[in-house]
Amino acid sequence: MLILECPYCGVKAEETELSPGYEAHLKRYGPGSSDEEFEAYMFARKNPKGVHFERWRHVYGCGKWFLAARDTATLEVFGTYPAQSKEPPADLVAKIKARRPAWEGYK
Amino acid sequence: MSEPRTALGGAAFDGFAEVREIGPLGMITLRAKADVPGLAEAVKAATGCALPAQRRIVTQGGKAAGWMSPDEYLLILPYAETDAALAAIGAALRGQHHLAVAVSDARAVFRVEGTKAAQVLAKLAPVDMARLEPGELRRTRTAQVAAAFWADGEGFTLVCFRSVAGYVMGLLSHSAQAGSELS
Amino acid sequence: MSTRLSRGGRLIDRSATCRFTFNGRSMTGHPGDTLASALLANDQLLVGRSFKYHRARGLVASGAEEPNGLVNMGSGGRFEPNQRVTTTELFEGLEAASQNHWPSLEFDVGVVNNAVARFLPAGFYYKTFMFPRPFWKHVFEPVIRQSAGLGKAPKDRDADRYEHAYAFCDLLVAGGGVAGLQAALIAGRAGARVILLEQAAHWGGRAPVDGDVIDGKPAGQWVDEALQALAKMENVTTRARCMVAGVYDHGYVLAEEKIADHTPGDGRPKKRLWRIRAGRILAATGALERPLSFAGNDVPGVMLAGAMRDYVVNHAISPGDRTVVVTNNDDAYRTAIALKEAGLEIACVIDARAIVSGALPAKARAMGIRVEAGRAVVKVKGGKRVTGVAMGLQAGEGAVLEEIACDAVAMSGGWSPVVHLWSHCGGKLIWDEAQAHFRPDATRPPTNQDGAPMVHAAGAANGALRGDAALADGARVGLEAAQALGLTPTAASPTAEVPEEAAMEAVWIMPQGAGPQLRMKMWLDFQNDVKVSDVQLAAREGYESVEHTKRYTTLGMATDQGKLSNINGLAVLAKSLNAGIPQVGTTTFRPPYTPVTFGALAGESRGEIFQPLRRTPMHGWHEAQGAYMEPVGLWRRPYCYPRGNESHEAAVRREVLNTRNGVGLLDASTLGKIIVKGPDAGRFLDMLYTNVMSSLPVGKCRYGLMCNEQGFLSDDGVVARIDEDTWLCHTTSGGADRIHAWMEDWLQCEWWDWQVYTANVTEQYAQVAVVGPKARLVLEKLGGMDVSKETLPFMQWADGTLGGFPVRIYRISFSGELSYEIAVPASHGAAFWEACVAAGAEFGAMPYGTEALHVLRAEKGFIMIGDETDGTVIPQDLNLGWAISKKKADYLGKRGQERTYLASPDRWKLAGFETLDGSVIPDGAYILAPGFNANAQRNTQGRVTSTYFSPTLGRGICMGLIRGGLDRIGEEVEFNTTSGGTVKARVVDPVFYDKDGEKQNV
Repeated sequence: MLILECPYCGVKAEETELSPGYEAHLKRYGPGSSDEEFEAYMFARKNPKGVHFERWRHVYGCGKWFLAARDTATLEVFGTYPAQSKEPPADLVAKIKARRPAWEGYK
Repeated sequence: MSEPRTALGGAAFDGFAEVREIGPLGMITLRAKADVPGLAEAVKAATGCALPAQRRIVTQGGKAAGWMSPDEYLLILPYAETDAALAAIGAALRGQHHLAVAVSDARAVFRVEGTKAAQVLAKLAPVDMARLEPGELRRTRTAQVAAAFWADGEGFTLVCFRSVAGYVMGLLSHSAQAGSELS
Repeated sequence: MSTRLSRGGRLIDRSATCRFTFNGRSMTGHPGDTLASALLANDQLLVGRSFKYHRARGLVASGAEEPNGLVNMGSGGRFEPNQRVTTTELFEGLEAASQNHWPSLEFDVGVVNNAVARFLPAGFYYKTFMFPRPFWKHVFEPVIRQSAGLGKAPKDRDADRYEHAYAFCDLLVAGGGVAGLQAALIAGRAGARVILLEQAAHWGGRAPVDGDVIDGKPAGQWVDEALQALAKMENVTTRARCMVAGVYDHGYVLAEEKIADHTPGDGRPKKRLWRIRAGRILAATGALERPLSFAGNDVPGVMLAGAMRDYVVNHAISPGDRTVVVTNNDDAYRTAIALKEAGLEIACVIDARAIVSGALPAKARAMGIRVEAGRAVVKVKGGKRVTGVAMGLQAGEGAVLEEIACDAVAMSGGWSPVVHLWSHCGGKLIWDEAQAHFRPDATRPPTNQDGAPMVHAAGAANGALRGDAALADGARVGLEAAQALGLTPTAASPTAEVPEEAAMEAVWIMPQGAGPQLRMKMWLDFQNDVKVSDVQLAAREGYESVEHTKRYTTLGMATDQGKLSNINGLAVLAKSLNAGIPQVGTTTFRPPYTPVTFGALAGESRGEIFQPLRRTPMHGWHEAQGAYMEPVGLWRRPYCYPRGNESHEAAVRREVLNTRNGVGLLDASTLGKIIVKGPDAGRFLDMLYTNVMSSLPVGKCRYGLMCNEQGFLSDDGVVARIDEDTWLCHTTSGGADRIHAWMEDWLQCEWWDWQVYTANVTEQYAQVAVVGPKARLVLEKLGGMDVSKETLPFMQWADGTLGGFPVRIYRISFSGELSYEIAVPASHGAAFWEACVAAGAEFGAMPYGTEALHVLRAEKGFIMIGDETDGTVIPQDLNLGWAISKKKADYLGKRGQERTYLASPDRWKLAGFETLDGSVIPDGAYILAPGFNANAQRNTQGRVTSTYFSPTLGRGICMGLIRGGLDRIGEEVEFNTTSGGTVKARVVDPVFYDKDGEKQNV
């Protein structure tokens, strides 16, 4: 059972205090978008074995959404950061690259 | 008008720790960012307490101000003072983006007391009770429902939603049964 | 026979006696006995029957690995099946009964399976019961059900209490043998928060039994001193009777503590499930001895050598007068020596190794024990009890050199580390050729959230089998773990004096050239009756994967989960496949280590607190009125309020008619209420709802729909504009938390620069709906506000006081009647409800429940989320296009609704239905279409979404989705019925009553 540190309140919350929100850094496609764009936004999800960026909500705590970088195979957590982030923080990306040299980046 | 009734009418249970429902307490959910001008003064005026830091609760007499999230505070005060406090906060923060609403009636509040009170909570919440600091407000779950608690005097004060007060009373009573001490 | 020796027994208290019964027979034992040792003291060697052949089964082991000694324990509310006698502490009044036999343990008809065993090979079930098909139901299954089964299911409600508890530590040490104790001492002295758990009631593991000497002291004394030292450390917690069941991600550990198992009814919880979060886990879980595979190794009286030693040393049990020890290693000589020292006779030590040279064999020989090297047990003689062994050459094919009379056999095939905790989260193993076992590969440990090693294995669990090695390994690994925690521990180097041991020699079949007749009697899995011949057959039939072989043969699938059988089985498989053991590998080790009782897993979640029930402030009143409650999410709401002997159906009709014609009261407190406030709140709500909420004037209400991004309808409710930048959004009863979370998701993750705050105030208010033509009279009677049509018209709200209560009244209607929904602070909810009941009395006001609510809304054609919607329905399907803004550039779901297939004329859309005969269409019925589909089922063109008897109209009414929707009005269609027939109905407007809405707007 995972532990993720909520970047808002600093609690090292266990999984039962969190609710999952699946893939992070999705770009919303609304009216005016093509079928392909909308399909990708709605349905095309990464499912990597390895580094993954996810949304989590500290639902039994401060109620805030945050993002986590995690290895889906080893469950190593590289870090958590606020949901109000367009992309992963540079230092986190550097840390992941150091831990996983073969990683191709978050996009 | 009738007297306000708490969810359980002050239910109590004595085991290796004492559990009782308290209240009604006045409670206000105040949503605002910490840097909103006048926020600290408004909280002080309502509760006599300083603006709490991350995960803290500041208590002062029967009043308290707790940090709930980076933009949410829980103010605790006598039930009858809630409306006046809301009005005062509204006036003090006029023009500032904020939200203040009464939640006095949406909550149930319990006291768990005794030297082993922490053990009662240790059976229900995934919280390292030994590392819970004085004045720390911990939002978590107790078994299957949301709760918040903090150490206060000889025991803990626990807040949960009103509709599940009976469930939480059941949890606390089960966990406080004599003979089930953890140590 | 087995009996109690007159002296010895380090764990038993001879000064006291415990009476107990086994299969109704009265027996006695002592405190400190396990049920197993007490049974042996009473010569009760036979404890059960095997699963398939119903062969007589005696005790094989002394701990968690015991495959045979499973019993039904207790009675009534304390009845438990499958209790392992070797881990059950004896107590006064214990009742046990053997399992899996019929009609009796001594005479079992299932044993005929044994006689036909050659026709019950591996995969027998798969091969036989496939055809002819009817045979399964009528022949095979009844027979199997009669004769099979491991214990009975409890019939009564569990009389005991259980609970969970959370614990946190830097280091969790699993196992209270000398390695675990030593590691805990080092980490504890270094200041780590340590939790040390031992599954048994006593500490020290094997060292005190084996007579090890540590730091010049008997191991038992060293253990006591270690425990005393640990007890003095505030940072260390020790718990006996606490089995670490599993290791999970990020240092999460589950452990089951037996609290009152041995003191039933003393008021304490029976068991407690510990949910532990550990920085590091140190697995000092010891090793398990392996049986040897020789013919008849399952005959009662054949026991593991280490177990026999446990019984002699710990409980002063004589397993028999004359014992043969059969081994491939030196350790088993300790058993021979212990038995001899207890005054018992060792007929012979049969050692498979050609050369026997260690210190222990030398000691045995010096004691006058006969040792035969290079020999094998060809066959055990006896049925329900060992009467002797036939000895031959280990290198041979089974020719008998000598028959040796004996009444007990102690076997040892070497020891396998208990690697379960290491392996649960993916720790890898390496094959240790010298000791013929898998042990943890320290270079490939399971890892934690930091990518660092999570589990450290120490002692015998790490392959350090001998007492001195285990102790040193505990010290080494304890130091390593403490350092990994960032501490600066001090090394310790206690020394143990243990005799030197010569190398063991792997023996997988005894004798090595045994033919088919012998191999058919060599048991690998004692409980599931899997033999060497079965695994060999599986290999011949093409099974190569150890996982597949396990499932095909059922090897290791019994309640002991292969603790005894796994290594032997996969060695046989590897040999059959001409592959190496490491190449074949092991099956997956999964939690729990030993079974955890359901009660412990459920913890407090039983009875009243099985799950949280949400209660409104008026809940007590409803119950006092005898309301029939139904679940709505976690809420309990009155379904109806039956009077006297009134049926629910009649009550609902009465409530509906009374509301239509007079006035009804509804507890609407569960309705979701979310405050949305801020400079961008209007803009935000315009994105959230399909229609425009920003334009709603202060003081007014507007019905709105919310969709998910696919465009499917997700929730609905009335929105009230409170002030310039504040709105109150009503959601469905079940939707409040979900919609609040939905709002926060968009505000936090997408539009975080918008200035909007939300607050879920659902429970702050009790809400009472006063509904019906006489509703206004009730409010006027309460008094305090002008509730006239002019001052408070339909779809407006107002604050004020009613009957002295501070209220907010919404003129909204979910029934089509004149309706006031009145919110009061929840603390006044019960009193206000009572005031409404009192004020309404003279107008005939009656409470009504959720079923009447449903009927009232269905008569009006109002949709209900979850009835008319199922996550695949867009508002347009429900003819709610009027509630969708055409002007807005965007709202959540707009793009989804633009998908072309959602505009298809073939979509099923909402319409009303009236049966021609006035009957009620069954729930879930489909509208039939001509022809049949590929599965020979009738084609369909629509389905029921809501169907009720309308008391107002005196006939059945139905809402449903039909291809073409309202375009089909006037047509006759057919619905299927539950009895297999059909019922004809006419497509009509779904608004069945007061189509122009005149009644609500008065």
